Amino acid sequence: MYLVESKKITKIYQTEEVAITAIEDVSFTIDKGSFVSFVGPSGSGKSTLLNMIGCLDPPSSGSLQVVGQDIGKMSRNQAASFRGENIGFVFQDFNLIPVLSVAENVEYPLIMVQNWPAEKRKKRVAEMLEAVDISDQANKFPGQISGGQKQRVAIARALVTNAPLVLADEPTANLDRKSAERIVDLMKKMRDEFGTTFIFSTHDPRVVQHAETIFTLEDGRLVSLEQGEGGNHA
Amino acid sequence: MLNILKIATRNLWRYKRRTLLTSILITLGVMSVLLFVSVSGSFKNMMVGQITDSMLGHIQIHKKGYLSSLDSLPLDRNLSEKQMKKVRQVLEKDENVEAFSPRIRLGAMFSNFAETTNVRLVAVNPELEMKTVPLLANRIIKGKKDGLIGRGEILIPELVARGMKVNIGDAIVLVASNKDGSVNGQTFTVRGVLEGIVGPGGRDGVIHIQDARELLRISSKEVGEVAIRLTKMNKLQNVYDSLQQQIGSIKNKKGKPAFEIHTWEKLSPFFNIARMIDLMTLFIKVMLVAIVLVSIMNVMIMAVYERINEIGTIAAIGTKPGKILSLFVTEGLLLGILGSITGIALSLGAIAWMNAIGLSFDFGRQKGLLLAPSIGISEIVMVAGIVIAIAVLGSLQPAIKAARMDPIKALRHV
Repeated sequence: MYLVESKKITKIYQTEEVAITAIEDVSFTIDKGSFVSFVGPSGSGKSTLLNMIGCLDPPSSGSLQVVGQDIGKMSRNQAASFRGENIGFVFQDFNLIPVLSVAENVEYPLIMVQNWPAEKRKKRVAEMLEAVDISDQANKFPGQISGGQKQRVAIARALVTNAPLVLADEPTANLDRKSAERIVDLMKKMRDEFGTTFIFSTHDPRVVQHAETIFTLEDGRLVSLEQGEGGNHA
Repeated sequence: MLNILKIATRNLWRYKRRTLLTSILITLGVMSVLLFVSVSGSFKNMMVGQITDSMLGHIQIHKKGYLSSLDSLPLDRNLSEKQMKKVRQVLEKDENVEAFSPRIRLGAMFSNFAETTNVRLVAVNPELEMKTVPLLANRIIKGKKDGLIGRGEILIPELVARGMKVNIGDAIVLVASNKDGSVNGQTFTVRGVLEGIVGPGGRDGVIHIQDARELLRISSKEVGEVAIRLTKMNKLQNVYDSLQQQIGSIKNKKGKPAFEIHTWEKLSPFFNIARMIDLMTLFIKVMLVAIVLVSIMNVMIMAVYERINEIGTIAAIGTKPGKILSLFVTEGLLLGILGSITGIALSLGAIAWMNAIGLSFDFGRQKGLLLAPSIGISEIVMVAGIVIAIAVLGSLQPAIKAARMDPIKALRHV
């Protein structure tokens, strides 16, 4: 059973005047524990595809199964619950909550989404901060740490709920080369440690080379599949 | 819930200046309402107290038709001895009635042996009158207050004393015509001078009821009116309804009501001023609602607009719309609570300060009336409740907008 299975999905955005096809007839599968990258130029549909996999946007047609669920048939509340349980997000701009400390940002999904008991929560947050090597910054606020550290916090937040799938949209776009490599290494380490599937979009060739499976998109179509370091399914 | 409170508090703290300005606005609104209510309430209570406790009583009973011809002080519309007996029986049984005082109102010629003028008088039983209108003695600005009035004595209105140049201990003559039109005169000694107050009967002199009966040659124990004092003012409507049932329903031989019963509200024109004060209070409260609503809505709309990306993030990571809504509503709620608490604290301080310095004012001919502003816990709770409810209401629309936001659009927002 695949973690993500897409069958001929299409996404059309209807404006008042024209219909724009962002994704057209895309099919692929992704296994559990994969380290997958969607690449392609701006406007190729990477983010749209990630949004659909992330249950943020249903496909206009076709079937998209994520963690065994057909995400096209979910209500808004069901989709929110599903994301909270199964998907972690890492954003290009880190998107940490500025009024919460590093530890509180990581703790946020456990309180507001999954409602873990306090003791278990604190233990889990400490584990995650340790895993991403940012325990020493736990009490700092996002405004007080560097971009690379922020992205580590974002990765910890994405993993803290034991979500089987983490989606990262251009996770290294706002980082310098060194930090970008560290973040990709960290994601891989987390994949190895927790068995989490990482799917990320990027057009940064330095990052792409670390992916095990590379899907290339152009004008909303899947044009190629390459195996990187690891080798995977499609 | 505690976590939502924590995040909401920090979000408010994030925009310190805006939070402070909004809180100040709400605080000023709360203060203006509470101070207006306390000062106007104090004025109203003082005036109502003065009118009821030094003149009218809380309720009055008359023979039917007496009040409509009160200007001519009719002696032919007195309550008969039999009617008075019935009234007494009912009033003595009612535990909400603290005291009652039978009176006779009359008009007379007042002579100081050099000049003559007209004077309106109320004849009373001093013991019963002091129990019914305990502040009447306080209106005696010259002369003895103890015992109120004795046989052969008169308390004259301030204006008459001044106009007729009459002093304490002077002898004067009252000449009055009785029910059948014959005239009688009697000498009285001036016992004191009464301060005039606003309202009907506020500038009447006072004599003993037995003297009035002699002067008017009334042989029976008939009376013009019965003033009633209640144990608690808030029982006014209950007692009025009860008296209407027991006394107001009694019919005369012609099958028409024999008695008429009125609360002080019907007898005193000050009631309309009191109602005007209540209306102004209502307007001030409406203004407070508008201030809170506009300021909270404004600040929350700004908060949602500035945090669109953040809303997208928390929605994307699985926060349900209901929780996003409660997060923003809590921010509005906290602003309302902060403004209310500060406003209440400052208002209580200002009220204490006003009481410490002593606020006085003039009302009509009454000079230097000392206000004692106070505010009841129910009024404080009500104002705080209004502010907090409006704060929640004001934040609801922006909060709903935030909760319904499409996470993708929100995440794309720059």
